[in-house]
Amino acid sequence: MSSEFVRGLTCRLCGKRYPKEALNFCTEDFGPLEVEYDYEAIGRSLRRETLERRPRTMWRYRELLPIDGEPTVGLQVGGTPLVKANRLAEALGVRELYIKNDAVNYPSLSFKDRVVAVALSKAVELGFDTVGCASTGNLAGSVAANAAAAGLEAYVLIPDNLEQGKVLGATIYGAKVVAISGNYDHVNRLCSQIAFRFGWGFVNVNLRPFYAEGSKSMGFEIAEDLGWRAPDHIVVPMAGGSLIGKIHKAFKELEGLGWIDPVCTRMFGAQATGCNPITNAVKTDAKRIKPVRDPRTIAKSLAIGDPADGFFASKLMKETGGWGEDVDDEAIIDAMKLLAETEGIWAETAGGVTLAVTRTLIEQGKIDRDGSTVVCITGNGLKTQEAVIDRIARPPVIRPTLAEFESLIGASPAEAELAPAGA
Amino acid sequence: MAKVSIPTPLRPSAGGQATVEAAGSTVGEVLADLTRQHPDLQKRLFAGEGQLHQYVNVFVNDEDIRFMDDLDTPVKETDEVGIIPAIAGG
Repeated sequence: MSSEFVRGLTCRLCGKRYPKEALNFCTEDFGPLEVEYDYEAIGRSLRRETLERRPRTMWRYRELLPIDGEPTVGLQVGGTPLVKANRLAEALGVRELYIKNDAVNYPSLSFKDRVVAVALSKAVELGFDTVGCASTGNLAGSVAANAAAAGLEAYVLIPDNLEQGKVLGATIYGAKVVAISGNYDHVNRLCSQIAFRFGWGFVNVNLRPFYAEGSKSMGFEIAEDLGWRAPDHIVVPMAGGSLIGKIHKAFKELEGLGWIDPVCTRMFGAQATGCNPITNAVKTDAKRIKPVRDPRTIAKSLAIGDPADGFFASKLMKETGGWGEDVDDEAIIDAMKLLAETEGIWAETAGGVTLAVTRTLIEQGKIDRDGSTVVCITGNGLKTQEAVIDRIARPPVIRPTLAEFESLIGASPAEAELAPAGA
Repeated sequence: MAKVSIPTPLRPSAGGQATVEAAGSTVGEVLADLTRQHPDLQKRLFAGEGQLHQYVNVFVNDEDIRFMDDLDTPVKETDEVGIIPAIAGG
C-alpha cells in the first residue's frame, strides 16, 4: 500500500535521480544515494491516530520506510522500551534522562534488526535470493537471523578479531560466515567488490540507501514514546555515522507532518578514542574525515576507521549545536557497569561508549542538566562478554551451610533473627 | 602498465571493461592516463583539477592512498590500482 510514497533515489551531492534499484552511489560523482519520498502523499494518507492503533513494531511507521507494499522480513522488529532512567539520572546529576533500549530488539538483540528488516524486505522485492553484509558483529547476527527466517541465503563477512558471541551469533543461523584477516575497512571494501560482481543484495553496499532508512524507526519510536516530542539532547553511538543522521531525519519528518513541534534537538555523537575519526573531525572542525588506519578499542562494533557517513554526521552535530566526544576503554567499562547497576540494563561495549560520552558531555556542560536527554543503547552486553569478564568480581564459593553464609555477609545470628519475613 | 579496476556501475564509461591498463609512475599519472583513454570518467572521478571526488577511494594493491601520498603515491608496472566507492558499510 505504501508503494506510491517512494519516488526513487537521489544523489545527496548532485541531485541526480535514480529509480528504485540496488545501487548505493551516484555514477556521476560517487555521492551517496538517499531515498526520496512523496511527503505530501504520506501526509494525506497517514494520521497519527491511525498509526497509534497499529502493533508496536517499527512497521507502524511503514509509510515512512522505503518498501513497496507490505514488509516481508522482520515483521516483529522494533517497539523497544524507552526507559525513564531515574536512578541513572541521579547518578549523573541530570533532571530528565531516558534510555532507548535496543539491546532487546528482536530477533538479534541490536538496532541492526531495524535496518536489516528494511533491507531484506527490499531484497525480496527486488528479487534477490542471496544477501550479505560487511559487519563489525551486530549486523552479522541480524542478517544471519533474519535471512534464515526469510529463507534467503546469506554471506556474512567480518573482521577476524570479533568477539565469540558475535561470531557464534551469526553462524548458528546457518549463514556462510567468512572472517577476513584485516579490519572492518578491509572487509567493507571487499564486500563492495563482491556485491556487484556476484549480483547479490548486500544490505550495507548496494541496498544501503534502503537499509539506512530503517534506522529512522528508532527516532520515530523515541518521539512517540516521549509523547510526540523530540528530546532536547540525544546521544548516539557512531561507527559508520549513519544512525545519528537518520534519527535526526526521523524527527524532521515528524515535524514536517506536523506531528511534533519544530525540532531543536542537539545531536551528540559518541566514539571510542581508539577509533574516533568522526569526533576528531568535529573537534578539529575538519572539512574531510581523516580515516583511522588501525582502530584499537574494546568497542569493536564501532571500530570503523573510514566511516561512510562521517562527514554528514560531523556536519549535523555542529549544525544542531551538538558535539562529538570520545572515551577510552576504561571509561567504557565503568559506564557499562554504571548502566547495569543503576538501570538493570546490560549494554554491549558500544553502550558503554555512549553512556561514558554522555557523562563527559554533562561534566563539560555541553549537555544541559535541566533538559531532556535520550541515550541510545544499540546492542546487548551478552555479546561482548570478553570485554568485561575479567573486570567483574567472580562470585564467592561457599559450602551450603548457614554458618558460612553468615560469615560471608558478616551478619551475626542476632541480626538474622531480627530480620523480617523470609528469614 | 598498471591495472586499474573499474567499479561495476561505472563500466559503461570505460568501454564496458572491468579493468583498464594505464601508464604512469604515480596514482595521479595512472588516473590521468585512464581518463585520457576514457574521457567520460574524468568528471565522475575528479571534482576539479587533481582533486578526487569526496566519495572516491583509491587503493594501490591493498593500501588506501590516503595513508600514503594520495595522488603522488608511486605505482609500479605490476601494481593494481582499485577505484572503490566510499559510500558503503556501517
